Amino acid sequence: MSDIVALTAAQAAAAVGKGDLDPGELFEAYRARAAADDLNAFVWVAGEDATRANGAGGAGGASPLGGVPLGVKDLFCTEGVPSQAGSKILEDYRPPYTATVVRKLAEAGAPLLGKTNQDEFAMGSSNENSAFGPVLNPWDRGRVPGGSSGGSAAAVAAGTAPWAIGTDTGGSIRQPAALCGIVGLKPTYGSCSRFGMIAFASSLDQAGPLTRDVTDAALLFGHMVGRDDRDATSIQFPEEVRRPTAQRLDGIRLGVPDDLTGEGVEPGVMARFEATLQIARDLGATVERVPLPHADYGLSAYYVLAPAEASSNLARFDGVRYGLRRDADDLLTMYTKTRHDGFGPEVRRRILIGTYALSSGYYDAYYGRAQRVRTKIADDFRSAFERVDLIVTPTSPGVAFELGAKTADPLAMYLNDYFTVPMPLAGIPAISIPCGLSEDLPVGFQLAGPAFSENRILDAAYALEQAIGFDNSPARA
Amino acid sequence: MIDREQVLHVARLARLELSEDEVSRMTGELSAILEHIEKISALDLDGVPPTTHVVDVPNALRPDVPRPCLPREVALANAPAVDDDGFSVPSPTA
Repeated sequence: MSDIVALTAAQAAAAVGKGDLDPGELFEAYRARAAADDLNAFVWVAGEDATRANGAGGAGGASPLGGVPLGVKDLFCTEGVPSQAGSKILEDYRPPYTATVVRKLAEAGAPLLGKTNQDEFAMGSSNENSAFGPVLNPWDRGRVPGGSSGGSAAAVAAGTAPWAIGTDTGGSIRQPAALCGIVGLKPTYGSCSRFGMIAFASSLDQAGPLTRDVTDAALLFGHMVGRDDRDATSIQFPEEVRRPTAQRLDGIRLGVPDDLTGEGVEPGVMARFEATLQIARDLGATVERVPLPHADYGLSAYYVLAPAEASSNLARFDGVRYGLRRDADDLLTMYTKTRHDGFGPEVRRRILIGTYALSSGYYDAYYGRAQRVRTKIADDFRSAFERVDLIVTPTSPGVAFELGAKTADPLAMYLNDYFTVPMPLAGIPAISIPCGLSEDLPVGFQLAGPAFSENRILDAAYALEQAIGFDNSPARA
Repeated sequence: MIDREQVLHVARLARLELSEDEVSRMTGELSAILEHIEKISALDLDGVPPTTHVVDVPNALRPDVPRPCLPREVALANAPAVDDDGFSVPSPTA
């Protein structure tokens, strides 16, 4: 097989299944590329021993995922392998167990290729908050890949991983997928077990695939879903995840939010969005405006709920059971010094916001109100889905920005999440697919549907993908 | 919006040491973020129930069957300090 990297993951899995491609050769091709990664997308890469373990006669050949190796975001626990969530407080932490989705994918034939860089504890939209340095965007190395799953997105775009998984709390799969010109799916809350995912905001976090195309996303996602006794919020996915085949969008009603007027969106991004709507119409879809009156409050509610939950989840990093410890004569000073030195500035900022929002006298005004806003946003989506099948937006208001451009202004960075935050607040699934270039950089098109409508979303995304014909090969050059 | 004393109070609650510089920087940054968050106080939310879980799940029960937990040495393997088969910490009262 001359050009393994030109194959999509599904094509590679099929080639292995037919005996045309040796799974050891496939693994080594990607292992060597990942080891030579110069985008800082990986924080750990499997050794040559893994190639031997995954070679001919290994698990690959007869398995559904064909031995196609997997990039795994650093915050998934992997037994005996560093799992640091992009944080100094977990530097070289090697967990005693493996996250359920990583185990399931390995059992289905997608062995661990490497751990990918990320914003610390998944807090960020540019991957500049990693304790292990920023990731570079393969389309332009002076720009960010998005975040927080920036390493997974950059690795898939650059072809140093055939596919990868990440997590999405407020856009952390979809936004980096958009900025790197690949596909990213945030599933319905509960579809994939969170066991072994180092928690950021437990009521929002979901694992999902980052892939080169929609078919790969469906294939990988189909092996991630399932109820897990170790995650009481996980739910059995109600149907089989199908390989998408739709060529047309006849009868599909797409809704564009009323307040999406182009204000705050880069003109080039808006132009690609409008052009994609026209492609959808040409494929038979109808496009109408739908009111989402509370979407504008999503970002505010999110930046209460996510930091509040994070401040509670991150209380476990205290220098006692694992990770960094700063020695001190008394326990309290050990805690405060360890946490000061172990957490980066953005994580500290969010811990403080979250602690404030949960503190005595403020709970009702912040966390309580934000949970009520969440109900309004979910109600808005429910009403909208009585009129349309899918809601569409640009994934991100802009293309990939320059490294350092937004680090001085946390609020400006948060505005990146404007279009991606409402869906996790409502627990519903959404996908980002590349829909063209603006200023030579990829633009993402987002499609969201009701809970458990992943098959419908994947089908619509597939039909659009075929018609758009986006060429992602320049990023692999 | 949020003053220096409140930042110090919250940092104490969060067991987070802040340098003098960080206290002043956080005071400014947190005020800007809280101002944005304040937007939700303008909404009329009377009678709106809070969302505590986004997808309806009945009680998630499983059979109560004992199963092995992590062996002690594995659980202790990542600890910064171990003493007498347990996690070792400095005295709370030193």
